[in-house]
Amino acid sequence: MIEAILNYQFLQNAFLSGLIIGIIAPLLGVFIVVRRMSLIADALSHVTLAGIAGSLFLSQSITSLALLNPIYLGIVASVGGSILIERLRSLYKHYEELAIPIIMSAGIGLSAIFISLASGFSTDLMSYLFGSVSAVSRSDLFVVLIIALVVIVFLFLFFKEMFVLSFDEEYAKATGLPSKWIHLLFMIVVALVIAASMRIVGILLVSSLITLPVATAMRVSKGFKQTILYSILFGETAVIIGLISAFYLDLAPGGTIVVTSIMLLIVVITIKKFMVNMKVERG
Amino acid sequence: MSKPLIELQNVSFQYEHTNVLHNISFKVEEGDFLAILGPNGSGKSTLLKLILGIVKPITGEVKLFGESSNHFFHREWIGYVSQKSNAFNSAFPATVEEVVKSGLTKKIGLFKRYPKNAKDLVMEALKSVGMEEYSTRNIGQLSGGQQQRVFIARALIAEPKLLILDEPTVGIDHENVQSFYDMLARLNEEQRKTIILVTHDVDTVSNRISHVACLNQTIHFHGYKKDFDSISNEQLNDWYGHSVRKIH
Repeated sequence: MIEAILNYQFLQNAFLSGLIIGIIAPLLGVFIVVRRMSLIADALSHVTLAGIAGSLFLSQSITSLALLNPIYLGIVASVGGSILIERLRSLYKHYEELAIPIIMSAGIGLSAIFISLASGFSTDLMSYLFGSVSAVSRSDLFVVLIIALVVIVFLFLFFKEMFVLSFDEEYAKATGLPSKWIHLLFMIVVALVIAASMRIVGILLVSSLITLPVATAMRVSKGFKQTILYSILFGETAVIIGLISAFYLDLAPGGTIVVTSIMLLIVVITIKKFMVNMKVERG
Repeated sequence: MSKPLIELQNVSFQYEHTNVLHNISFKVEEGDFLAILGPNGSGKSTLLKLILGIVKPITGEVKLFGESSNHFFHREWIGYVSQKSNAFNSAFPATVEEVVKSGLTKKIGLFKRYPKNAKDLVMEALKSVGMEEYSTRNIGQLSGGQQQRVFIARALIAEPKLLILDEPTVGIDHENVQSFYDMLARLNEEQRKTIILVTHDVDTVSNRISHVACLNQTIHFHGYKKDFDSISNEQLNDWYGHSVRKIH
């Protein structure tokens, strides 16, 4: 395997992107989960699909755009979607969750139109839906790297504010934090991470890499920093096992990564239960 | 005589066309321990929002530490403890230490990291609310009363001159309410913290407080606790429009 990675550039791209995403998706995921925004990640990934499908359609019909990397329009759609969700959430103050189905159906609807216009499913599109080991290009890796940098700078600057905002929004406002701005920035960063992750895990499974490692970590962690640390650990484990098995078994990595994540979750829940039972019996 | 920490002059506020607060004037001096009493819908939360600068008065003026609230930029001097039942997610994966430390956020300011001695500050704040043994526990494992103490420690760590508590005893067992007030009284006496607490429950007003204000859209009474004690139940009923009973 290591030899193959050293020899083939496409494997290097996939593994490096995977390792980076295995850190940033669960890292941001902790904030998404504790703020009960997991479904927003799902809605945004479907909007990203509209951008990707639109870009694939454009590159078919306009020759000068034939070489345009679909990730760029994917990013534009995702960031646009995140801002729209915020607008809708303030419009429907008492039905905030309505923003999610509205944006999600808009995303899927647009995707369906673009996919039919681009004359149906291509292998290219399939790789965006479920991820791919072979389709990650150098320019994809470059985009993933830049997005990772944005995430790290964002959290370096706003970690303590994000903690306060996630823990107790009312308190954040009462102490005079610029919570509105920080939240908007956060949403944009989430949109970027979703666009970055889709190359490896695929659009349909992006939100699982954001939420599953966190769900697993929260069963065993103590405190916030530990939850972040464990989430990254579980995320990376799933990405590494998932990518290696996808390569050898010729499967879509989105599937193998997510199934590994689910298995990790089941193992952790079972061990935890077993230990609690032991404690009860002893005590 | 020093400047009052809080001074409201003829303040009125309304949401759309409903009058919420009418012609409110009162002062809070340094070292006061004031309870603002009012039934649900009397405008307590709005009054707090006015003091915290979250909403602006329609008429009148709010002065904080001698400055008009529009020109007051030391929000870290005011420690705020909200109702326990609000917002806060009890399954949040954070230790008591992390929660208390986050109280420094506004004081340190944007783009800066926690100071090196943050842990000592956390322990000191926890000690003053009698919770130093719980620093490594997850916040969700504590009882309502313990959580409320942690939130006070989160306010204290930024060394506020004034503590504002919004119905702090809601959700705390009856037996623990008295020790909770004892703790606030210690903060008031030993650390010279000025305290304002808002409650809808006349029964919970303890003998530890120094002043009482009765609010129902406007201030019906503001003065020393001993003068409040001489107010008849009938008079209170009249202000609050329903049966109120004081327990001494």
